[in-house]
Amino acid sequence: MFKNFFPNKILSLNNNLISSLLTAMILVILVGLIYALFISPPDYIQGDSVRIMYVHVPASFIALGCFGFIGIASILNLIFKIKFMSLMAKSLAPVGCIFSLVSIVTGSLWGKPTWGIWWVWDARLTSMVILLLFYLAYIFTWKFVNNFEKANKISSVIGTIGLFNLPVIKYSVDWWNTLHQPSSITLTSAPTIHYTMLIPLIIMLLGMIIYSLIIFLMRYKTEVMKFKLDRKKNNK
Amino acid sequence: MLSKKVKSRILFLVLLLLLATVVIFFIFKSLEENIVYFFSPSEIYDKPNISLNEKIRIGGLVKEDSIIKDQTSIKFIITDLKKEIIVSYSGAVPNLFSEGKGVIAEGELKDKKYFVADEILAKHDENYMPPEVSKALEKSNN
Repeated sequence: MFKNFFPNKILSLNNNLISSLLTAMILVILVGLIYALFISPPDYIQGDSVRIMYVHVPASFIALGCFGFIGIASILNLIFKIKFMSLMAKSLAPVGCIFSLVSIVTGSLWGKPTWGIWWVWDARLTSMVILLLFYLAYIFTWKFVNNFEKANKISSVIGTIGLFNLPVIKYSVDWWNTLHQPSSITLTSAPTIHYTMLIPLIIMLLGMIIYSLIIFLMRYKTEVMKFKLDRKKNNK
Repeated sequence: MLSKKVKSRILFLVLLLLLATVVIFFIFKSLEENIVYFFSPSEIYDKPNISLNEKIRIGGLVKEDSIIKDQTSIKFIITDLKKEIIVSYSGAVPNLFSEGKGVIAEGELKDKKYFVADEILAKHDENYMPPEVSKALEKSNN
């Protein structure tokens, strides 16, 4: 399966796959939204503002996941000089960046009615802003450093350093006193979120993952094309 | 299998990452006082040199039956089930502020047991459930 991401294979990626993914995404998001907005119950304390969570949690999850991939790809790239790894990471960065922003904005919208304040600088919220900054640094490096080799190296270093931030985000709520609540879904114990709320959350997560995959595939294909064209130009 | 160049790069990166982990750990360790968003009542009690009349945040649960309200001000007790601090505050509290729930107060300590707040935030916990389930749970607890 992994072979399909090799530069030569991705170029034969046709629009049929994209459009079927798109159909799947629309269906899943539609079901997810109907479930999240109408079928699932309001929370016993938060009331209807709990519904913000159905976008907030998947967005945060994807933002962290994308950077996890970027970080690992950066390390592999620094060690083995695998170019298509960095092209993949480069294509994934905007998706993660947007979702980290979505996570911050929706979290803030939820914070006002729940905590009574839009924003505080506790460990979770601050480390999430740092993630956003790492995304921006990573993206801007690719954008403004024109030499590919140079951009590749600098962005990989940024990706590797940013990897340290991920466990800090994940465990910030356990390591320090924060205003943000601890995780409801953990690997070690039963979720502390009722199943009528867990189901729409998982559906929304699935829909948003498919969305990210579509954007990623389209960008990745373009990046590989650009890379090959540049290479041809330089060889002439 | 791996070329010498690649091996040296791996070694370099592993050493660098280890070093970075240690450095970050110590930075966090020394900044702990600044990273925590609030102190629990027990932490306030255990602090050797407590700073009175200086802006800090304390947090915990609002003790059951401890809220005393009059027209403009409110008094309640923040507890972490070990130690307690009395908080007084004048102003509107957030909607989700209630007994038995998490709360964070920003303000000044007058002494180790008395706190004057100028901002109250409600802290939400990690439990999400519909109202019926919460009622059923309460019933089975009582």
